[in-house]
Amino acid sequence: MKKEYIAPNIERNYAGNLNKYGAKSVVRHIDNIDGVPVKELLGKYGSPLIVFSENTLRKRYRRLQDTMNMHYPHLQQAWSYKTNYLGAICSIYHQEGAWAEVVSGMEYDMARALGMPASQIIFNGPGKREHELQKAITEGAKLHIDHLDELYLIEKIAKKEEETPQVAIRVNMETGIHPAWSRFGFNYENGEAFRAIQRLLSGATMNLIGLHTHIGTFILDARAYYYAAKALLDLAQKVYEELGIAVEYIDLGGGFASQNTLLGSYTPGEFASPSLEQYAAAIGEAFNESPFAAQHKPMLILETGRALIDEAGSTLSTVLGKKNLPTGERAVILDAGVNTTITAWWYKLKVSPTRAFPGAYQNTVFYGPLCMNIDVIRAAVPFPDLHTGEAVVLSPTGAYNNTQWMQFIEYRPAIVLISESGNPELIRQRENLEDVIVREQIPNRLKDF
Amino acid sequence: MNTERIKNLAMNDNGFIFDPSSGYSYSANELGIYILRLLNEGQSKEAIIAAIATEYEATPDNISSDIDHYFLMLESLDLLEL
Repeated sequence: MKKEYIAPNIERNYAGNLNKYGAKSVVRHIDNIDGVPVKELLGKYGSPLIVFSENTLRKRYRRLQDTMNMHYPHLQQAWSYKTNYLGAICSIYHQEGAWAEVVSGMEYDMARALGMPASQIIFNGPGKREHELQKAITEGAKLHIDHLDELYLIEKIAKKEEETPQVAIRVNMETGIHPAWSRFGFNYENGEAFRAIQRLLSGATMNLIGLHTHIGTFILDARAYYYAAKALLDLAQKVYEELGIAVEYIDLGGGFASQNTLLGSYTPGEFASPSLEQYAAAIGEAFNESPFAAQHKPMLILETGRALIDEAGSTLSTVLGKKNLPTGERAVILDAGVNTTITAWWYKLKVSPTRAFPGAYQNTVFYGPLCMNIDVIRAAVPFPDLHTGEAVVLSPTGAYNNTQWMQFIEYRPAIVLISESGNPELIRQRENLEDVIVREQIPNRLKDF
Repeated sequence: MNTERIKNLAMNDNGFIFDPSSGYSYSANELGIYILRLLNEGQSKEAIIAAIATEYEATPDNISSDIDHYFLMLESLDLLEL
């Protein structure tokens, strides 16, 4: 029998290769997801394949709920649909007790189609159309107002429909982070938010029930949430004292970082990203200091998406080929690219082999199958020699990939959920040609050629 | 292809390589050492590919591209002049 072939390799020996965080550079293999062998999953559902762990999804949700409740016991989570709006995934969060947080008419329809009562849907987003608002108002959803024109439009619809919409004002502010997101809602520091509330109440057509902010995304400083919560609670106190309205909830939006490592960061995500405990402590501190919270005990709403789901998702992919680059690096072509895994443009995704490999590592670049130079899943990482047909696991990929994925030149892959008892269940079929062209209409005159 | 530097290397079967002229040491895997020994014997690239194909589970096409890559590595380490 012939010996197993591993590509030849040579490296110069250097003393002292430890990095300063003591993180291991050894590539560990992942041969199963929640106990189900990767080989079995790919054999049954094809490659590439997106896999979610129900166990991790539920565990992270409960962990945030329990951790936050230790600091301030009135938390209501709202699942951020834009992070992942697969029906099965949203349903898991709704089973856990989450409301729905939607940012478009499409997402609103999705939540309603899943059976969410409108009263448990928070309608955020800067671009709500009139017919969408009309539907949400008559059904009784909670509207978060982004700008004055929207406020006027809601007033108009409320009068026409003789409804009293339940609304919150969106507020932007300085929380000591960069970039400060200023595009959503009304500014806090210059008094615009308070003036918007005055205007809203003077119209006497809607109920102001909450204050909302979304300070940014992938916030690496938990302290920013202290300042955000403090600003909204101070504003709530001012509204109560001067206008006589006590809002029912303070909504701090999303933005908690996952354990992924940002592309520009050399510190691994597991060290750079605050834990859920750190975020909860910062928010809890602001609530426990606030006279408004002490007197009125408003509900705290969190719209955490990424930090709950990112680690629950993995993308299984197969090596289509390998080649050598003029830079001296090895290149591996995978069947999953930025079409299925768009977060590769933001993160240093972890690429793991699915079996133990003998031999030394070479710097390896992982490309996807797309006909574009920017289809890079991971820039050079030390990696064992892979053979064509081998599988790798990309992780964490649970957040945003199933909402921002691209149709570009490929069918979207199947998506599987591993149940808590370790049973794989298909939650989205692999696409076919019909899915791609079903909405097209070709004029008759173009049919002959 | 100039293999003079390779002739000067001290190699053992565990993959440890020492270059007395520079003082550098290197680690190579099994096939890395195997190829260095064949180069040391003055074998051509084609002969090396044929030798590997008889002994290892791989096609000459696969081996050929890996060998090109390996030669580039050796060149970048100043052990081979292509």
